[in-house]
Amino acid sequence: MTTQILTARMEAHPSDSHTIERYLDTGGYATLKKTVASSKREDIVEQVKASNIRGRGGAGFPMGMKWGFLAASDPKYLVVNADESEPGTFKDRQLLERDPHQLIEGIAIASFALGVNRAFVYIRGEYSKPARRLQRAVEEAHEAGYLGENIAGSGFSLDVTVHLGAGAYICGEETALLNSIEGRRGEPRLKPPFPAVEGLYARPTIVNNVESLSNVPWIVANGGEAYAAIGPERSAGTRMFSLSGHVKKPGNYEIVMGMSWRDLIYGIGGGIRDDNELKTWIPGGASSPWLIPEHLDTAITIDGVVEFGTMLGSGAVVVMDETTDVVAAAHSIVRFFAHESCGQCTPCREGTKWLQDILERIMAGNGRPEDVDLLLDVSDNISPGLVWPPAMTTICPLGPSATAPIISITKYFLDEVNAAIEGRQAAVV
Amino acid sequence: MTSPIANWSPENQERANKILATYPEKRSAIMPLLYLASLEHNHASNEAMCQVAELIGITPSQVRSVSTFYTMFKQEPVGKYLVSVCTSISCHLLGGNEVFDSVSDAAGVGHNQTTEDGQISVEHVECIGACGGAPAVQVNYELIEGVTPDKARALVEWLTQTTPAVVLADEMQQLFGGQRSFDWGPAEHAGAIAPVPAFGPYGSAGGDQ
Ligand SMILES: Cc1cc2nc3c(=O)[nH]c(=O)nc-3n(C[C@H](O)[C@H](O)[C@H](O)COP(=O)(O)O)c2cc1C
Ligand code: SF4
Ligand code: FES
Repeated sequence: MTTQILTARMEAHPSDSHTIERYLDTGGYATLKKTVASSKREDIVEQVKASNIRGRGGAGFPMGMKWGFLAASDPKYLVVNADESEPGTFKDRQLLERDPHQLIEGIAIASFALGVNRAFVYIRGEYSKPARRLQRAVEEAHEAGYLGENIAGSGFSLDVTVHLGAGAYICGEETALLNSIEGRRGEPRLKPPFPAVEGLYARPTIVNNVESLSNVPWIVANGGEAYAAIGPERSAGTRMFSLSGHVKKPGNYEIVMGMSWRDLIYGIGGGIRDDNELKTWIPGGASSPWLIPEHLDTAITIDGVVEFGTMLGSGAVVVMDETTDVVAAAHSIVRFFAHESCGQCTPCREGTKWLQDILERIMAGNGRPEDVDLLLDVSDNISPGLVWPPAMTTICPLGPSATAPIISITKYFLDEVNAAIEGRQAAVV
Repeated sequence: MTSPIANWSPENQERANKILATYPEKRSAIMPLLYLASLEHNHASNEAMCQVAELIGITPSQVRSVSTFYTMFKQEPVGKYLVSVCTSISCHLLGGNEVFDSVSDAAGVGHNQTTEDGQISVEHVECIGACGGAPAVQVNYELIEGVTPDKARALVEWLTQTTPAVVLADEMQQLFGGQRSFDWGPAEHAGAIAPVPAFGPYGSAGGDQ
């Protein structure tokens, strides 16, 4: 319950957890020093494989397995995904602002293991403060000899460049991100080739999320098995959840997976504001289909939620109480995806706009009897069969994500949607 | 041949050179250079895009195609203070739309518009990663969390009346903010000097640091 890997330092030292002095003082960079001095690269990859950690950026891909796919030819790159733009998600911002050295040590150990000498951190442009903090930390680490040439006298060298995005959610998708660093439009690439074979500048590249990499120092210091022993089998380790919406205590919480939704929302989150009734919640960021109170006593695991047609995604839990107008909430999310579609695929570009228009006319009191069918039809065009995980006909999963709120409101709140269409109920929120 | 950026401040010229030397391929410098150019020209103007194109050795239309893809490269002039109000889901649930209306009303302009005196631009934006402190607002990309419609109005009035040279997140949070996503830790003395993210080292933008 109280296992803390990522947030221990910032909690114990709220005033200076981001400084190199505090980082060193609490054992920081010792693992890097030991690793570069005496470890074999393959052994580090093995530890990460043994940890069973799955990526925290949304897709939940096993990190060690991904590292194992990296093609051997030099130069290779490590790219850190700090684009965090999935509505509801703000965990990476806390890791960047409050413990940037933990991330840098993770980057350095990962780079050593992967045989990488150049890493890029792609931070969304709106994160100016986290970018400043990270840049300062990179400079501190450089001065102290933990980055740059010949790290800790080992012969291993690594440069880290902090690169700012410029306001495009789609750049969080790993291949769009690589295009963006290359100075191109942030449009996702067709896969294969996968980045591990042909990524940045067409070189072998590993893309990992901020939280994923922030776990690496602990995993290497304590051993992969120790990490694997935390939490349920296929959801090893702790995980940052961003709690927001109508809860009493919003915030980021590092929890061991396997806990129930009730414990998260009512225990850790303090329950619903004004002691209202819980209506629904988004379990893994705006891209994920919603859950309802009958799911409260089920366990939070990466695979477990798939049974209910959704995903843990980015770990963003957005709670909605009884006063919520679900049509307006769905509209906010659909509008987001319509705005962020890169436009390469017709079903995504056109479909998301359609969904937005239909929801807007319903909200304006001009709903038509056929609108529910139309919403589902358009959604089915973007994501055939409306299954979750979605069947992909688009280049990337953004298009299908836009159907998540439509699936949710038609599945759980059809009466309310119909009432809105018939103009029986005014907007609540 | 004079440099395409001979009329930039010496500091920004130096930053531009540093950026160009940073990446394995020159083209990667487009985005940081567009930020710098926006700092010099207030927005990603035609002239700015031509300068970036010349620095990198590609055509202005190639630069334009990149510039127009990203919402933070402004294609039209923006005010001294860019007030961005989040209306994505978590903020929506806690009054982000009302905060937007209040900002818009206080400034007297709507989404993507700028006051006649060139002081304030208003926009609603998608999630800015401050959902635990919803509703969230940024001024020149410096964050304020837990904003109410009243506080939002006061913020716009404060910007108009005091015209701060540097906007500081901590100061604005104290004056106009409430619930935060998490404790930010100690106060920071760096802030934004223009509607461009204040991230200095690789020269992406200005800032007091
Ligand atoms: C539309 C879209 C947006 C994404 N945004 C992010 C993001 O902001 N941050 C992130 O780490 N991963 C994001 N991802 C997932 C990345 O593509 C990629 O899977 C991830 O960065 C890999 O890192 P991990 O294995 O450590 O999770 C996004 C994916 C899609 C399809
Ligand atoms: S699904 Fe949408 S966002 Fe993804 S590549 Fe296609 S058009 Fe772009
Ligand atoms: S939804 Fe507004 S900051 Fe995330």
